[in-house]
Amino acid sequence: MPESLQPIVQATGLSKVVSLVDGAPGARELAILQDIALEVMPGEAVAIVGASGSGKSTLLGLLAGLDTPSTGSVRLDGVDISGLDEDGRAALRARLLGFVFQSFQLLPALNALENVMLPLELSGAKGAADRAAQMLSRVGLAERLRHYPKTLSGGEQQRVALARAFVTQPKLLLADEPTGNLDAATGAGVIDLMFAMNAEARTTLLLVTHDEAIAGRCTRLVRLAAGRIVP
Amino acid sequence: MTGARLAFSMLLRDWRAGELRVLALALVLAVGGVSSVAFFADRVRQSLTREAHQVLGADVLLTADHAWSAKWREEIAKRGLAGAESMSFVSMTRAGGEALLSAVKAVTPGYPLRGKLRAAPALNAADAETTEVPPPGTVWLDERLTAALKVGTGDTIELGGARFRVAAVLTLEPDRGVSFMNFAPRLMMNIRDLPATGLVQPGSRISYQLLAAGGREEIRQFEQWAAAQLSRGERMESLENARPEVRAGLDRAQSFLGLTAMLAVVLSSVAIALGTRRYTSRHLDGYAVMRCLGAGQPQLFALFAWEFCLLALAASLAGCALGFAVQNLVAWWLAALVPGSLPQPGPAPLLQGAATGFAVLLGFALPPLLQLKGVPALRVIRRDVGPPRQSALALYAFGFAAVFALLWWQAGDVKLGSYVFGGFAAAFVLFAAIGYGALRLIGRFGRTGSASWRYGLANLLRRPRANTVQIVALAVGLAAILLLTLIRADLLDSWRRRLPPDAPDRFLVNIQPDQRQPLAEFFAGNRVKQPETFPMVRARLVAINDRPVGAADYTDERAKRQIEREFNLTYLKDLPEGNKVTDGAWFTPQELTMGAMSVEFGIAERLGIRRGDRLEFVAAGQATFSAPVTSIRRLDWDSMRPNFFFIATPKLLQDFPASYVTSFRAPAGDAALTLRLSQAFPNITVIDVSFILRQLQIVMDQLIGAVQLVFLFALAAGVLVLYAALLATQDERTHEAAVMRALGASRAQVLGALRAEFAVLGLIAGLLGSVGATAIGWALATRVFQLEFIWNGWIWIAGPALGLACIVANAWAGARAALSRPPMAALRESA
Repeated sequence: MPESLQPIVQATGLSKVVSLVDGAPGARELAILQDIALEVMPGEAVAIVGASGSGKSTLLGLLAGLDTPSTGSVRLDGVDISGLDEDGRAALRARLLGFVFQSFQLLPALNALENVMLPLELSGAKGAADRAAQMLSRVGLAERLRHYPKTLSGGEQQRVALARAFVTQPKLLLADEPTGNLDAATGAGVIDLMFAMNAEARTTLLLVTHDEAIAGRCTRLVRLAAGRIVP
Repeated sequence: MTGARLAFSMLLRDWRAGELRVLALALVLAVGGVSSVAFFADRVRQSLTREAHQVLGADVLLTADHAWSAKWREEIAKRGLAGAESMSFVSMTRAGGEALLSAVKAVTPGYPLRGKLRAAPALNAADAETTEVPPPGTVWLDERLTAALKVGTGDTIELGGARFRVAAVLTLEPDRGVSFMNFAPRLMMNIRDLPATGLVQPGSRISYQLLAAGGREEIRQFEQWAAAQLSRGERMESLENARPEVRAGLDRAQSFLGLTAMLAVVLSSVAIALGTRRYTSRHLDGYAVMRCLGAGQPQLFALFAWEFCLLALAASLAGCALGFAVQNLVAWWLAALVPGSLPQPGPAPLLQGAATGFAVLLGFALPPLLQLKGVPALRVIRRDVGPPRQSALALYAFGFAAVFALLWWQAGDVKLGSYVFGGFAAAFVLFAAIGYGALRLIGRFGRTGSASWRYGLANLLRRPRANTVQIVALAVGLAAILLLTLIRADLLDSWRRRLPPDAPDRFLVNIQPDQRQPLAEFFAGNRVKQPETFPMVRARLVAINDRPVGAADYTDERAKRQIEREFNLTYLKDLPEGNKVTDGAWFTPQELTMGAMSVEFGIAERLGIRRGDRLEFVAAGQATFSAPVTSIRRLDWDSMRPNFFFIATPKLLQDFPASYVTSFRAPAGDAALTLRLSQAFPNITVIDVSFILRQLQIVMDQLIGAVQLVFLFALAAGVLVLYAALLATQDERTHEAAVMRALGASRAQVLGALRAEFAVLGLIAGLLGSVGATAIGWALATRVFQLEFIWNGWIWIAGPALGLACIVANAWAGARAALSRPPMAALRESA
């Protein structure tokens, strides 16, 4: 199969079941996700929407290899991640994925530039500082390179997070409620920027949101309710 | 080495962001404290050894009953050591109509090699140190001889067949011991004048001394050589057999220093454990983010491990530099108090400081780092998932092992190390149990009062583990501070009191029973405090459990000498001051009627006497007596009181001919008192120990000064523990204050709740600190230093007050941080 025709994300029969009482025999179990099948083709922008508790973030975690499913499998760029150990999945993430989180997740001890440099440094890439500075200038923070997260506004912090997500030129960007911690106007600015950068880099986008307006900007919409994909 | 390079960048970034400051400060102070104690202890130890060598007048002192052969002098010269010689004997000295038996010491230039002579131009004039010896044709007389012979400087005296000019009054001889051989007053002369006196004849009772001094290693080698060469009548004086009373002081000072260093190790460890706990909890999120960004577990573990190793290295270097600088400052300060300079320290303290830094940091930081491996990357999406909880014991087992190893090393003895470690561990567990119990009680019953107060108290119960950790850390810090301030002063006072300024400086022996009353009258007439007199019966130990004993039964040289000699026994109804029964019990009324004996611990060990053994003695006139040993005693050899190896019940000895012995303090400036005493009671022998006493007091002052200064470092470590303990929960409290503010609580309500919580924490910690300091002080005084423990009432006020003060300062600082910014900022940071 030519590369462009191979799905970058392929989930089959994915379920996540948790026991309500840890370790107790015969404990009641709760299915957070049930029998999820999902394919995302390169270049797509897919929004996963649903109410709180519908299993959106859990699905994102499973697709990113941050968590392991109870049943089913996930293939990322053709690689079955259930066959990989934790470090193998981390290596795959380093090669393929970029992340944007609801709570930004910048390291407080690192300034903006260093936060963006971090994934490059961890993978031993060359010219980390220059590439990070360029990316920060792309998100409009060229003047704020040396600022620490706590001195940046919420919108600025999320833009640093965007720069960090795109600096490794990932094939797939995973975004978990990227505007959840921002007011409407700032959130809109961040979303505009994210879609613009996604288009420039021709990255595949998988976005979790409960905001139908943001979801509407994606090419495809996957709706979750009570742990199942609903039409 | 990209891992190391990245770790270095991370170290710099964490440092710049202020994340490592507390930990680094703890580490620098820990290493600085330990290394400065080690540096200083090393220098003081060297100085003490040198001081002790002054007691010998040399590094090695060889004594013989015959002249030393040329090979000894050649060997000293060949090895590049400094050498000197002296000859001692007793002879009559005459001046005008007076004649007195004097202890003559003829010396070569250069004598003494260690320590300095002090001399005055006239009787009762100010004296000064001198490096000279009496020039040929002159003599120096001590105060007693000068007064007794009624001579002054410039006058002439006769010794044997020669005449000498008195050139000075000898006021201090560093190597003059309290031996019964030395009771006669001193005459010091140049060895070149000795032939002219005609006193050195075959068969004369002369003691020949050979002195040597030099570098540590050269001396060690020379000692080895000399030990193999010694023949009959020749012996090498060691510090052990030279001066038991000085040795006792040195041992006590060494113990003080060693324990202080151990305290610094424990306190630093607590500070570092708290610091790493805070560091790792603050880095949980960063770890999860990096996992999410694709870093593998081995890579991240290596990254943090490198970062901590680099931190340990940097902090150890800085700490050692600080330690070196501080101890230099201390040595400089001490130099103003004590004449003479401290020797330069060796390199061992550097090693000790660095090893301490690495062991403590890695011991306490590695387990939390390993725990980071369990942090799931999922934490970036779901904050409720954290690392699996491990018991504190498992987490800190490594750290405890490191501390134990350090204590063992510091103590140089596994038993003492275990003792101290066990003591601290027991204190920690006890503090934790009491703190936890108190929190639960207060949480359950203290639910009245204002809303802030109730909320504050409820908080105590909401985090019982974290609050208990904080109470324990605070209590340990407070206990250390109280111990090092209040209790330390009491301990040192107790030590100093063993040798008060009015300690006896003259011994009187051979007092006849009928002279006791006239002697008391003499003392009263000469403003001398009435001393206690002890009866003394001379007797030889001939059998133990009916088995005859003699020199042949012992291999130890001292035991051989002592068993051949007569012992001075006394008889008493009550245990004398400064004596402590360590095995058995003091004479019971029944034993007082039956006859029994109490034996000093050291001589019992040497001669193989146990409690229950029956001893048989032969007194003068061949009369024998025997009695069972009912107790073994330890006694203060540095007490300057008459001390006895054997004490019998009065019934056993009171019919034997006895003389009496006593000691008293001569009034200052009354050099003629001893002379008047000798004139009034010609048969009584006066032994003047004022020389030795004066020297002992100088040594003790120096030791106490040194010990006090070393205490300061442990004190700094104690303060640091307090700081780290307070900081440990600051993030959490700032967050809580922000939540309260966000929910509409007024400034006063936030502060009120914090105050309620902290007041309880501070009081509990303060009380526990007082209990801990008192318990440790008591154990140190009675078990380690054999000193009297003084109860200090202030500690019960100071402990809780200090606890409250720390906590109030912290609450104020924490609340200010939370209240001075919009709640959103604080909430977002801790989200």
